[in-house]
Order: sequence, then C-alpha cells, then structure tokens
Amino acid sequence: MPLNPEQIRKDFPALHQQVNGRDLVYLDNAATTQKPQQVIDRLQRYYTTENSNIHRGAHFLSQQATEAYEGARKTIRGFLNAPHERQVIFTRGTTESINLVASSFCKKFVQAGDEVLVSAMEHHSNIVPWQIACQDRQARLKVIPINDRGELLMDEYRELLNNRTRIVAVTHVSNALGSINPIREMIRLAHEKDIPVLIDGAQAVPHLSVDVQELDCDFYCISAHKMYGPMGVGVLYGKEEWLEKLPPYQGGGEMIRDVRFSGTTYNELPFKFEAGTPNVGDVLGMEAAVKYLQQFDAGDLAAYEEQLLHYALEQLQAFEQIRFVGSAEMRTGVVSFLFEDIHPYDTGTILDKMGIAVRTGHHCAQPLMEFFGIPGTVRVSLGIYNTRAEIDALVEGLKIVRNMFG
Amino acid sequence: MSIKEKEQQVIEEFGLFDDWMDKYNYLIELGKELPLLDESLKVEKYLISGCQAQVWLHAGFRDGKVVFTADSDALITKGIVALLIRVLSGHSPQEILESDLSFIDEIGLKEHLSQTRSNGLVNMIKQMRLYAMAFQAKSIGNQ
Ligand SMILES: Cc1ncc(COP(=O)(O)O)c(C=O)c1O
Repeated sequence: MPLNPEQIRKDFPALHQQVNGRDLVYLDNAATTQKPQQVIDRLQRYYTTENSNIHRGAHFLSQQATEAYEGARKTIRGFLNAPHERQVIFTRGTTESINLVASSFCKKFVQAGDEVLVSAMEHHSNIVPWQIACQDRQARLKVIPINDRGELLMDEYRELLNNRTRIVAVTHVSNALGSINPIREMIRLAHEKDIPVLIDGAQAVPHLSVDVQELDCDFYCISAHKMYGPMGVGVLYGKEEWLEKLPPYQGGGEMIRDVRFSGTTYNELPFKFEAGTPNVGDVLGMEAAVKYLQQFDAGDLAAYEEQLLHYALEQLQAFEQIRFVGSAEMRTGVVSFLFEDIHPYDTGTILDKMGIAVRTGHHCAQPLMEFFGIPGTVRVSLGIYNTRAEIDALVEGLKIVRNMFG
Repeated sequence: MSIKEKEQQVIEEFGLFDDWMDKYNYLIELGKELPLLDESLKVEKYLISGCQAQVWLHAGFRDGKVVFTADSDALITKGIVALLIRVLSGHSPQEILESDLSFIDEIGLKEHLSQTRSNGLVNMIKQMRLYAMAFQAKSIGNQ
C-alpha cells in the first residue's frame, strides 16, 4: 500500500507551525527527525505514572519500569533482527556506541603499528574516536578513498585490508551525500581476513530495513533521534563473542556483580556496558518510534522516499549554476548541492527566512568537503512526512535566492 | 560622528525597509561595496574561523584611531561585517571598548550573532575588541 504522507503528517505536531511567518518546511531530517505524537505520549506516560529506577527496588513501580525497559530491548532486538537481547546495549546514541567500541576494542586488540580502517565519507563521530584510540595505541588510521560521485573505491578497499588491519569502521549511509555503501560485500571481504567490522547505521535505520544477522556485521550503531525517536538514546549491537571479549567502557552501578576493594567482578551482557542509571524514559520513547516505523511496510517507505528524491533532483536540475555533490548509484533521500556563485550560508539564510529548514555547512564531515574542494553544501534530507508540495516550496525559495544573489 | 550616532544612523536606514527581503537585499549590496581586503591579507593569520562562513579581519592604528578592514566569503555575512566596520572603524580604542553594538539587535539581525550560526561574526567582534585593547595597551605604554 503506498504511503500516505498527508495522513502521516497528522502524527507530527511539530510540522504544523509557522516559522518566520510561513508554514514550516522541514527538510533537515538527517540532522534529526521530528517526533510523532505516539513517541511524545510514551515519554509523557512514563514520567506521569511509571517513573522509577530499574533493576533495583522490589517495589511495584521499579518492577514495572524494569519490565518496560527490558521490553524495549526485545522490541529493538526484533527491529535489528539481533539473535539475542543480550546483544542490544543502550547508549546515548551512535557517537557513544562508536566511542565504546573504539575505546574498549583498541585497548585490548590494537598494538603499536596496527591499522584501523575508516572511509573518507565518515561523520566526525566515526573518525575522532578512532583517532584518539589509535594515538593511544600508536596505531595508524587508514582511509578508504572515494570517487567523485561519492562512492567508496572497492579495489582500494581490498588492498587496504592487510594483516595489520585490526578493525574496519564504515558508515552504512553517508549523512552528507546519502550514498549507500556496499557494506555486505565489505563485511564479507574483511571477514575473509578475520577482521571485524563496525557499521555506523545512524543514517540507515530511518530509511532501510536492517538485519544485522544477514549483514553479518560485528557491531552496528544507531541513534533514536534520527528515526523519529527521542534525543539522547541509541543502541550498540554487537556479536556476542566480541561483546564478551571487550573490557568494560565505563565503571559504575548496574555494570558490576560484586564490588570489593580487593577487586570487582562485572555483570553479564548487556549490563556490563550499561553503567549507571540508564535513560529509561527515552529508551521507551525509542521503542515507540520503532513501533511507529514498523507499522509501515519497509518497501513502501523506501519507494516513497525514492520517488520524492527523484522529484527533487528533477526540479533542482533546472537551476543555473547548481552543482550536486554526490551522485552515488545507491542512495537515500539526501540531496547535497551548492550554487557555484553563492555561498551555502547565504542560500541557507534566505531559505530560513522563508520557513524552509535545510542544513548548510560541512555536515560534520570536513575531510569529505576537503575532498570535493568546497566550503560546504546545502543539504536537503527527506523523511517519511515530506511531500511534493514541500519540494515545490523549496524550489520557489531557491528561485528567490538566485534572484537576490545571481 | 560618535559610535552611538553612527548606530542611530544605521537604525534609521533599516527603518525604511518594511520587509525582510528589502533588508537582506540592502545587506547584499553593502557586502558587494565593502572594499575588499588585499589578497595578501587573506591569510590564516587574519582569518576568523566560524565553521560555515569565514571572515578575515585586519586592524591598523593611526593617530590614536583603529582602522578596520575585513572580508567574508558569504555575502550576507560580509554585509553585516560592513556595518560593523562602518560603526567601529576610525574610533579610539576606548570608544570601541565602550560600545555595546545594540544596533545589530535593533535592526533585527541579532540571530546572525548567535553562536549557532557559526559564521565567524561573534568571533570577529571579539577580535575587534581584542585589537582595541592591544592598541590601547600599546599607546599607554608609549606615553
Ligand atoms: C552518519 C552519522 N554518524 C554518526 C552520527 C552521530 O550521531 P549522534 O550525534 O546521534 O550520536 C550522525 C549524526 O549526525 C551521522 O549522521
């Protein structure tokens, strides 16, 4: 059944407001998505009637909150098709998930002279944690190059995989370009050499259905806020054998079994990696977001976003002096562009005056902008509630931009 | 004209516009007029980074007055830079340090000075004050 965006829009209260005197046109979904009423209601219900600390008290509320929290873990296990709930670790988001692995993995498995492999299109949060860890271990960070369409160079990737490579960390979908990387093939190639692979899935889960067993990835990282859920919560999925081997990331309550001054023993998975009181309310909000997404057929969702992407590309192609940045064969609903004669900041400022929210700048991917030799781009990123009428509003806005600066 | 009087003049000019588009067109015009910095001064040393738009700022000191010249790679930013220079350049360090630049708020451009815009303007104003302070210290030292 085709998606009905008009119906979907009704679920998102934040879309129905005016910005600078115009109806809001929200096209910054790769930065964060708006939240449906179902998620907002879930948060409200938790804080109104269920709030309690979990895994501790024997009292009614604590037990109820614990069950709800562990129930959310089950839902998310299903969403990613992880084999077991033990493998679903709640974190603050993709950034924390990556930092956890970079820190714990490198501490144990990376020695001086070893290599860690990332790609040229990574978000800073899949670069800097590895840089820090490599510096600490005196290891080298190697970079998989891309072509000017914004696709990874697979031949170079094959060559970069060698017996010094300890781990590969690569994004499923590029936040700046929308390119979908051939991660299944990349994982297979790395595994041929017994090298584990971490996938940054922040930009994938809102658009594609992800099955971590089919992908066979060793780690997969996501953020709730990019998939219609709350900010400040996300997940690290990991293969059990790796999660068992990794040392704890942070110390504190929850993650321990016995604490003695003579030595502490750690709790089992997943609690070993969940130190301190977790963000229960937002975990439940994340579960509500997953359930919200699960009511749609993943194929319908992808088809709708693809249609809208093609409509947007078609409309934008008509502009003079437009330069598209990234044109990967496989991509999600992201269009990054700039006018050759107008700074992206100027374009973004005028669009904002017309109530149109896009992202301008380097999109936390400075090495990528350097590769293209540009200061940044204007990025339009689509979500399930965007419509053709909104693309038309964007086009009208850009005509005004061209009139003012052109 | 004092800094305050110049600010008043800018406020009156902007009072003539009744919609945002006229105001921004005017800023763009101002941006186009600003005497460009000599290319030799568009170097790292004078660059004020903001992660989106970049601003280059140069300051000289003549007869007790600070003379600013500047440029930006984004036109709207450059327009605002032009306003700041028009108001502050040619004044003594003391006058510059005492100014509060409230005109920016009054003409409705405050949002461009917010840190989130990261267009270099906030840091540019900071840098203008630092220059004023440095020149002041130097002229006191020379007396
Ligand atoms: C590809 C990618 N990775 C990682 C992140 C970081 O996610 P978060 O800030 O939610 O931790 C983002 C968010 O911008 C992203 O787009």
